Amino acid sequence: MSDSHVAVAEPAHRELRHHFVDMEQQANTASLGMWLFLVTEIMFFGGMFCAYLIYRLKYFNDFAAASQSIDVRWGALNTAVLLVSSFTMAMAVRCAQLGKQKLLVVFLLFTMLFGATFLGVKAKEYYDKYEEHHIPGLNFNFDGKLLGHPDYPVNQRHTEMFFSIYFAMTGMHALHMIIGLGLMAYLIIASIQGKFDTRYYTPVENIGLYWHFVDVVWIYLFPLLYLISRK
Amino acid sequence: MATAVVPQQRTNYLNAEHGVKSWLLTTDHKRIAILYMFVVTFFFFIGGIYALLIRLELLTPAGDLVQADTYNRLFSGHGIVMVFFFLIPVVPAILGNFLVPIMIGAKDLAFPRINLLSWYLYVIAGGLMLHVILTGGVDTGWTFYTPYSTAFASPKVVEAGMAAFINGFSSIFTGLNFIVTVHRMRAPGMTWSRLPLFIWANYATSLIMVLGTPVIAITLVLLVLERVFRLGIFDPKLGGDPLLFQHLFWFYSHPAVYIMILPSMGVISELIACFSRKRIFGFQFVALSSVAIAVLGFLVWAHHMFVAGMSVYAALIFSFLTFFIGVPSAIKVFNWTATMYKGSVTYETPMLYAFGFIGLFTIGGLTGLFLATLGVDIHVTDTYFVVAHFHYVMVGGVVMAYLGGLHFWWPKITGRMYPEGMGKLAALIGFIGFNLTFFPQFILGYVGMPRRYYQYPPEFQMLNVLSTAGATILGVGYLFPMVYMLWSLRYGEIAPDNPWNAAGLEWKTTSPPPTFNFHEDPIVDFEAYNYDELKDIPDER
Amino acid sequence: MGNTPFWPESASNWAPGVDGVYIFLILVSAVMCVLIFGAVGILSVKYRRKPGVQPTAIEGSHLLEITWSVLPMFFFLAFFLWGAIIYFHERTPPQGASEVYVVAKQWMWKIEHPEGQREINTLHVPVGKDVKLIMTSMDVIHSFYIPAFRIKQDVLPGRYSILWFRATQAGTYHLFCAEYCGTQHSGMIGSIIVQSPSEYQSWLNGGSSNTPLAQTGEKAFAELGCVTCHRSDAQGRGPVLTGVYGKPVALEDGRTVIADENYVRESILDPGAKIVAGYKPVMPTFQGIISEEQLAALVAYVKSLTPAAGQPAGAVAAKAAPQTSKTGKVQ
Repeated sequence: MSDSHVAVAEPAHRELRHHFVDMEQQANTASLGMWLFLVTEIMFFGGMFCAYLIYRLKYFNDFAAASQSIDVRWGALNTAVLLVSSFTMAMAVRCAQLGKQKLLVVFLLFTMLFGATFLGVKAKEYYDKYEEHHIPGLNFNFDGKLLGHPDYPVNQRHTEMFFSIYFAMTGMHALHMIIGLGLMAYLIIASIQGKFDTRYYTPVENIGLYWHFVDVVWIYLFPLLYLISRK
Repeated sequence: MATAVVPQQRTNYLNAEHGVKSWLLTTDHKRIAILYMFVVTFFFFIGGIYALLIRLELLTPAGDLVQADTYNRLFSGHGIVMVFFFLIPVVPAILGNFLVPIMIGAKDLAFPRINLLSWYLYVIAGGLMLHVILTGGVDTGWTFYTPYSTAFASPKVVEAGMAAFINGFSSIFTGLNFIVTVHRMRAPGMTWSRLPLFIWANYATSLIMVLGTPVIAITLVLLVLERVFRLGIFDPKLGGDPLLFQHLFWFYSHPAVYIMILPSMGVISELIACFSRKRIFGFQFVALSSVAIAVLGFLVWAHHMFVAGMSVYAALIFSFLTFFIGVPSAIKVFNWTATMYKGSVTYETPMLYAFGFIGLFTIGGLTGLFLATLGVDIHVTDTYFVVAHFHYVMVGGVVMAYLGGLHFWWPKITGRMYPEGMGKLAALIGFIGFNLTFFPQFILGYVGMPRRYYQYPPEFQMLNVLSTAGATILGVGYLFPMVYMLWSLRYGEIAPDNPWNAAGLEWKTTSPPPTFNFHEDPIVDFEAYNYDELKDIPDER
Repeated sequence: MGNTPFWPESASNWAPGVDGVYIFLILVSAVMCVLIFGAVGILSVKYRRKPGVQPTAIEGSHLLEITWSVLPMFFFLAFFLWGAIIYFHERTPPQGASEVYVVAKQWMWKIEHPEGQREINTLHVPVGKDVKLIMTSMDVIHSFYIPAFRIKQDVLPGRYSILWFRATQAGTYHLFCAEYCGTQHSGMIGSIIVQSPSEYQSWLNGGSSNTPLAQTGEKAFAELGCVTCHRSDAQGRGPVLTGVYGKPVALEDGRTVIADENYVRESILDPGAKIVAGYKPVMPTFQGIISEEQLAALVAYVKSLTPAAGQPAGAVAAKAAPQTSKTGKVQ
């Protein structure tokens, strides 16, 4: 934690806000703000992870049966898509740092494309669940059997619980992705307008952080939800 | 706000711009603090009206003033409004917003626009809550326990939950703003060890806001989802666990009470230092005790659940940990007391509120020990003993500290002095009214009167009557300052820059301050509470 | 208006201990208040502003800080230990206690004695006997609170909660619901009637003859078909239940659990949740098919299945609950 900031002598940038001494202080401040916000997001998702873990322990067999019914291939595809999108986002930040305006827009567009792909796959998965009557509260009916006991039916309420938490968690994640797409759109427009340069690219950097965070949440969601007891 | 109420010659943040738009679109932390003052005070009124109705009903053993359902909405409304819309924001969003940048020598908070957003989120949440109140209210209690709230209570639960959810983000953004501000915006020379204790307190509070509030947010989301889609996460009939709700709820709601008390403790430190004209005794310990309370506060939530059906071992652990929080709190009380030793004490209104705080917080805190003790808690939990305990710390603590701080910084905020005689009188009335209201409730609790009861066995009546009498007096003690503070805006003595001859950067600028806080960028080359360096004679009034 | 009580009556084995630690807390708190208020009062007057007298700058004292941090911890430890010991005993019901089933619903308490007696909002108990309450709720969370006994326990839907006490003084005492449960929360009250053993016995015998709970359970066990799989000769498709209560059970996933009331309840309502090692999950669920009263009877019956020496394994076992007969003699 540095002692109070020592001003950097340089001409004022048009994006320098009045309460900051120089661009460096402004950038550091914005960065710290975004990191803190991501910490709150960890706590936010944490509550749902907690609920999930407790019920998974309590109703393991039913949860395992339910988990088999969501398609691991779509999940894996989405994981790959998001990882690539994080890569393109990191590249976008790098371009912003180096002042490469056109390439910045290209990478942002790709990131947005991959994000949209993720959401498209998710929509397909949700639709599949709708067709199979696996949506809680909507004529829910799970036709499976307990793992390892092909004759014994699952407990409908417990499998419904899995799907409740599945939709709550992936839904909340998808909402964050949608917000992320909105932020991407803003960045693309702002980049085209030439708002960013080597001394000012804070929004790109911080929205990048947000994007990576949403990616990391998915990295946890995928194994927890899709990979229970899969052979 | 169109007319200047403060006839200062100099331009200050109040008269720099005029018009409604200049207030509603302001990013000046000081104006945002005033905006908060309006809405928070408004909700304090609402919560107070609820309290009045509750106490009126409880004058007689029978349920004869209102119907049972109505009473249940009254105490629920009182709790939700007071906890979420008054106690959580009152000191941080009003005094904190105003003072944090000035005390560290900055021109504004780190994120002024997010600060304005915080206010709007509060207003939207408040509007939603007001709608809930006006269309019938909720009857779940502010604790929203399941399965009552998800499967039995009125549908207003969803709206009330959403109101609390949105309000939570107001809180989160304020806390985020404070933390980043303290890290990145300190003036040259303002090291961590030179930060006033009010800053330390708000910093620790902000840590709790940022880490704890998201958990209540997700809990409310799950509650609403369960209510609307019958998901079954908390409802045993659908395979869920009602205790899971309680754990998630209290994981935030316990640290929340430290969000309420820590900034208040910061205020008390400032008051005692100024009116003893001394650096707070054990400065380091008081500063670090705030952080200790913030950390420990996250480890004790299940002491609200000793009879809920947890395992014995969990209960033992939580009881043990709960005692530890008493230590940093006690450290503060001892250090405040020791500060007066060889000090130079005067008894202006803010100091009277500080004395009141020490008295009432001590009692409130000590009764916390009673509740931490398992054998006793089993008997008194869910009774009026708990009600008395938390009102001692919340009202006797937080409200006293807020009023003390409001009087102390009133000249800085408004450029006017409040009438000192009235101030002292109001403090006294409030103190007497408070004790009469809540001390009998300790007795009521131990003899077994449960909380949230609108009818009770006749032998409990006398204690209830005493309590209601006290509540009336307490109400006067609160209305009185509202009247004379408003009066002072027009007729109060014009305040000098430093009427108390207090230490601290906020007293080095004008009363009221200019929009960018200082006429010259401050450089800090002195320790906090450098009363030994300040001249003895207060400024001319 | 009635006589205003400033202290609750004491009518159970818990009261002396709880009152004791409470008084200890009051005394220590009173001393602390006197010390702190006294110090504030004295210091603020002795060191009031005097012209020409400067305050002395004092940074602090590490010795004082350590002293007044550590010293309270000793008291805290004492409070904790005393309270914890009481609590531990409260959560450990003794063997041989008379087991009364309580069903809470909005907004009444339904009580069933092991001898079969039923009550609403009243609980008769004899002085000097351990009584264990096995409680569940049919709707929301309630809380069974007897101030004179100094105990309460939240009553949850979907599981059993336990409370035990030994009444020490005859009389009638308040019973309150202490967890907000809706409209008539403050009307969900009743009485605990503590009687001398002979009075209690007359009360038990009064009214129509009642079937002991475990016997009702035995009948239900047969009528619902449980006996088909849970045979006492280990030939059935389900585990033998004789002697299972209170003992560890090995599950197929490797865990071991103790067969307490909640285990028995769960086994009936959600058999797939814990599958006993060596058995297939074939037991159907009885969720929605049986009432709380039947459940209580079944649980009481399973508990009563203790293996008796010299009796063939299949015989109906001796029951823990005393049987009533018209002569009123307890067997």
